[in-house]
Amino acid sequence: MNEALHIASPAVTTPTPLSPEATIRARVSNLDFWYSKFQALHSVSMPIHNNKVTAIIGPSGCGKSTLLRCFNRIHDLYPGARYEGAIELMPDGLNLVSRSVDPILVRLMVGMVFQKPNPFPKSIFENVASGLYVRGLRNRSEVEGRVEKALKQAAIWDEVQDRLKKPAYELSGGQQQRLCIARALAPEPKLLLLDEPTSALDPIATAKIESLIADLAHDVTVVIVTHNMGQAARISDQTAFMHMGKLIEFGETEQIFTNPTVDQTRDYITGRFG
Amino acid sequence: MTPETQISEYQALRNSAFLRRGRILAGIMQAALFSCAALSVLITGAIIWVLVTESLPFFQQVPFWDFLTDTEWTPVFTEAHYGILPLLTATFWAAGIAMAVATPLGLILSVYLSEFAKPSVREALKPILEMLAAVPTVVFGYFALLFLTPLAKQFIPGLSGFNLLVPGFVMGMMILPYVVSISEDAMRAVPMSLREGAFAIGMSRVQMAFQVVIPGAFSGVTAAYLLGFSRAVGETMVVAIAAGQNPNLTGDPREGAATITAYIVQMSLGDLPHGSLAYSTIFAAGLVLFVITLFFNLTGFFLRRKFREAY
Repeated sequence: MNEALHIASPAVTTPTPLSPEATIRARVSNLDFWYSKFQALHSVSMPIHNNKVTAIIGPSGCGKSTLLRCFNRIHDLYPGARYEGAIELMPDGLNLVSRSVDPILVRLMVGMVFQKPNPFPKSIFENVASGLYVRGLRNRSEVEGRVEKALKQAAIWDEVQDRLKKPAYELSGGQQQRLCIARALAPEPKLLLLDEPTSALDPIATAKIESLIADLAHDVTVVIVTHNMGQAARISDQTAFMHMGKLIEFGETEQIFTNPTVDQTRDYITGRFG
Repeated sequence: MTPETQISEYQALRNSAFLRRGRILAGIMQAALFSCAALSVLITGAIIWVLVTESLPFFQQVPFWDFLTDTEWTPVFTEAHYGILPLLTATFWAAGIAMAVATPLGLILSVYLSEFAKPSVREALKPILEMLAAVPTVVFGYFALLFLTPLAKQFIPGLSGFNLLVPGFVMGMMILPYVVSISEDAMRAVPMSLREGAFAIGMSRVQMAFQVVIPGAFSGVTAAYLLGFSRAVGETMVVAIAAGQNPNLTGDPREGAATITAYIVQMSLGDLPHGSLAYSTIFAAGLVLFVITLFFNLTGFFLRRKFREAY
């Protein structure tokens, strides 16, 4: 293994092993978030289970994307963003939203896929490799191995293995989104954030990505925001329901969808509002 | 409603004096706008017509091959030579130096303005930069000749009073606002989602700018430089004043040499008899200039169109 890896790139080394009984990958506690003066999250607390898919659902403007974007500090790009409380990454308990934690290091540990596919204006190969280069990985054969592995994990290897040098823009929307998933997976993140990853895709591409997400949970902990309740019910293990910046209910997906304990959740799930 | 009432209602609307006035006004406006657009096309067409017809006598007397390969340009000497090479090389020297100055500076400035500067800083800096474009070129010319050249002579041994180096540098500063303005627009047109993707993968702002934004804005940035180059090739006053008016085929930018534009200025100032061969050299040189700038403008135009369609 490359020497630079151990120094410059915590995320490229093997993920810290959790003890078998520890099932929590991250813990959100009393998280508040402000866009300048506007408070978008109010004291959100929830666990993220290891190697599970956690779905965050809720009506538009409920803060579900805002919560997701706290996990990798992407809010820091925009002036006026302010966090209070904690998102602790287990087992070390590192608070991802602490002011003293470098957001770039956070992003090296947490991968993200966005609503609209956003491949870089580069070749398919370079797209997936970009996250590895950022972490100081230069060894050609290792980069190639990682890229191939990530493309296979994202179930797109068969479609692109003959044209890795072609621009990523030549792919279809669904392929581009799977490429973005591969790009996020290549550095082996501890958490994978998906922000409505199928909202810009047609039903066939959506089905492909949904079946892919279920498989991904074997390797990585997934947090997905979706406005599609069927999708949350199909692919997630735990579900969090949010409304007006507050977490209303959190539980096993089956329980949330069949037997919610809060009326607001029931009303939303049965389509009475949202 | 019966068909009859429908027709009469339509007729009433058709006959309404108010609506008729509107129709007439719209027609007048459309005609006025069309004639403005047509005028600019007509003027361009007229310029091409004059360049071609006036340079025809020249190309009837001077073999085209000699025009391209002769290494001397002495149309008013008794033993006249008509080789465009000295003027062409001087033109490309000066424009090339301008690009050598404007390319790195322009890239740094536009990356700074689009990716690093706060909105308030950007709003303050851009007008200042654009003021550079408002300075009359004759001022730039004498600035090069009377201030910068004497200054540069202290550091560059063998620099002539007239030279290609200093006016080239000054032209670089002159085209900087154009280059920065267009390439910054191209960079800002790169969607925010690409920047978020770059940050999400763990890139720093510098990595994001150079690995994602510049490749994303590549065609627009290239177009900016092509247009800047085309402007440097066509620039007249700075080189006419500070690069001298002596056609000189040289590989040394410390020497003075007349560019195509400087030659045209020089000839137009004298009293050449209309219809003489020397007179038609002006138009032959002008035609060459036109073809060069047209080529670079068109290339830049197509590149710009391409980047507009990219997202």
